[in-house]
Amino acid sequence: MSLRTSRTARAGQYAALLGYLVFLAFPFLWLISTAFKPARELGSLHPTWIPENPTLDNFRKAFDEQPLLQAAANSLIAALCAAFIAVLVATPTAYVMARRRSRLSTAATGWVVISQAFPLVLLIIPLFLILKNLHLINTLWGLIMVYTVWALPFALWMLVGYVRAVPAELEEAASVDGAGRLRTLVSVTAPLLAPGIVATALFAFITAWNELFFALVLLKTPEKQTLPVVLTHFIGAEGAADLGPLAAAAFLATLPSLVVFAIIQRRITGGMLAGAVKS
Amino acid sequence: MRASLRTTAAAAATALALLLTGCAGTDDGRGDNGRIELSFQSLAWQKESVDANKQLVKEWNEAHPDIHVSYVQGSWDTVHDQLLTSFEGGEAPDIIHDASDDLADFAYGGYLADLRTLLPGRLTADIPRQSWSTTTFGDGVYGVPFLQEPRVLIANTRILAESGVRVPTPDRPWSWAEFRQVTEELTGEGRYGVAWPLKEPVSVTLNLGLSGGGKLFHRGADGKVTIRAGEGDRIVPGTIHDQVNIDHSASRTALGMGGSDTLPGFFGGKYAMVPLGFSYRQQVVEQAPEGFEWTVLPAPAGSAGPAQGVSPQTLSVSEASPHKKEAAQFIDFLLRPPNMVRLAKGDWMLPTGTAALADPSLHTAENGWATGVAVAKALRPAPAQSVRGYPEWKDKVATPALQEYYSGAIGADELRKRLVDDGNRVLARYQR
Repeated sequence: MSLRTSRTARAGQYAALLGYLVFLAFPFLWLISTAFKPARELGSLHPTWIPENPTLDNFRKAFDEQPLLQAAANSLIAALCAAFIAVLVATPTAYVMARRRSRLSTAATGWVVISQAFPLVLLIIPLFLILKNLHLINTLWGLIMVYTVWALPFALWMLVGYVRAVPAELEEAASVDGAGRLRTLVSVTAPLLAPGIVATALFAFITAWNELFFALVLLKTPEKQTLPVVLTHFIGAEGAADLGPLAAAAFLATLPSLVVFAIIQRRITGGMLAGAVKS
Repeated sequence: MRASLRTTAAAAATALALLLTGCAGTDDGRGDNGRIELSFQSLAWQKESVDANKQLVKEWNEAHPDIHVSYVQGSWDTVHDQLLTSFEGGEAPDIIHDASDDLADFAYGGYLADLRTLLPGRLTADIPRQSWSTTTFGDGVYGVPFLQEPRVLIANTRILAESGVRVPTPDRPWSWAEFRQVTEELTGEGRYGVAWPLKEPVSVTLNLGLSGGGKLFHRGADGKVTIRAGEGDRIVPGTIHDQVNIDHSASRTALGMGGSDTLPGFFGGKYAMVPLGFSYRQQVVEQAPEGFEWTVLPAPAGSAGPAQGVSPQTLSVSEASPHKKEAAQFIDFLLRPPNMVRLAKGDWMLPTGTAALADPSLHTAENGWATGVAVAKALRPAPAQSVRGYPEWKDKVATPALQEYYSGAIGADELRKRLVDDGNRVLARYQR
């Protein structure tokens, strides 16, 4: 490939990436813009990116009309617990499935993939009845259980991939150096798996943080409801919406995911196997 | 080893069975102090409406220390799925706020209490018969219709005045032909006479179609429903189609919009009029630019006068509630005329109750209240809302057919063929 061709290809790649970024960022930037616009600007025929008269009224209204802080706390508890438990259960399971290849692990992997195809509506009524009999309706623990179970298959599937990416030879080398099974897992495998575990936890967290349907059905009292459920309260019949406060609340609802992701994204992408090989 | 495994498995199975069957206690709907506990799931979403509902619940609780009502916030967006799951799981609220066009499945499914013996005569007599028919399924009444919203024309006062067209009143509305002519006159450089937000074309077409004598759904003596398109059924869709495709007096781009989406164009003078639900006035008041003048006009009338279909908001009682009588008492309290007025104002809608409709505060010209009240007596049950199979007909047959017709992709004959022939095939499956 000539230098010119490779530059053209590189430029094309950057252009495509930029286009993709714009595509992804547009709704979020528009959400921010809307959150700071007064009602009269929302009805303008010529909307602007930057609000002409920026205001915090939408935020004030959102907090005034709905228990956003309480809902955010509920979402945070549910999402953190679900992510923690899912990773705690999925990590050793994934390790066994990846390292001990058998018909059972192949079948389990297949089942994990198939289970992702079940629609929520199919599961919700039996789930509801089970939780009702366990007296877990309208409790955060009930919701955490559901979120954990819901995140587990995909978390397992992700982690199996990460475990397989860690060369078994590293573990063999550690055992040759005299490390026991536990020492090998803690000192060799776990650090290399850390980015994968973090990515999986992040996936489980964001899935639970954004989830609406289960929360809507399982939680009834206002003090138990999560953020996505409370956001629906800004929407009326036939799609009418209290747009300003809705945008303000939705913007606040996206912040935790963004912050968490910003903090750990380097750990996910950076040097998964850095330092794995002795030089 | 094998024996101990078997023992362990049996113990685990027993424990699970006990958990799943034995844990459920009986629920007589009373709190620890013996007080009756009721839950009221409200779908109020605008601040004034939420405040009014909560205040009324507070007043009830203060006046009835032995019957406590808890306010539960629901959402229009998700109410059907949420209620269905709650009913199936036996955890539905005692008092349920919904809309009449969502009740059929719940009523036929046995989830809602028949209110005929539970409601006081005062309330039954206060609400007109045609409103009650929206919540009557089979022999039972499964909800109290209490708020309704006609579709009105929200118009730019300045453009109307400059054009010199006759301004319609509830007593002398435009005919559909006159409306078409007026929209042509109001159309000019960079401006359409009307913008029809038809993201949901079926309810608009059917509900306004009543004024032209349209009915589409015909129930036979055997109780079975068939779809037939008469001359009256062509009036409204024909007018909209011609405004968009022949006169170019209606915006083509607005066809895919929801009601709120048309407001910026309306405020910007791009549309002279927008047919919207009565409650959209709240958004107009909130968002209209300083000095923008607007008015509320009645929807056009046809051979059947200004009739139009509505699906009122309703209050129902869950069949599973252990305290149906007390739940009905709370509904009666909520819908006393002064309270019904408070709820109507909170939602910018019209009350169904005759006494509430007569309240002087609703007869003001401000924000078009009086126009709404004046057309209230012409409101009828929305066609087909009690027809089984209607939701499927609406989603799979009518919505795409009407969207294609309004955009000019198909003609009137093809539309008729699809609505009637394909539609009857859908309904037949539900009426075997």
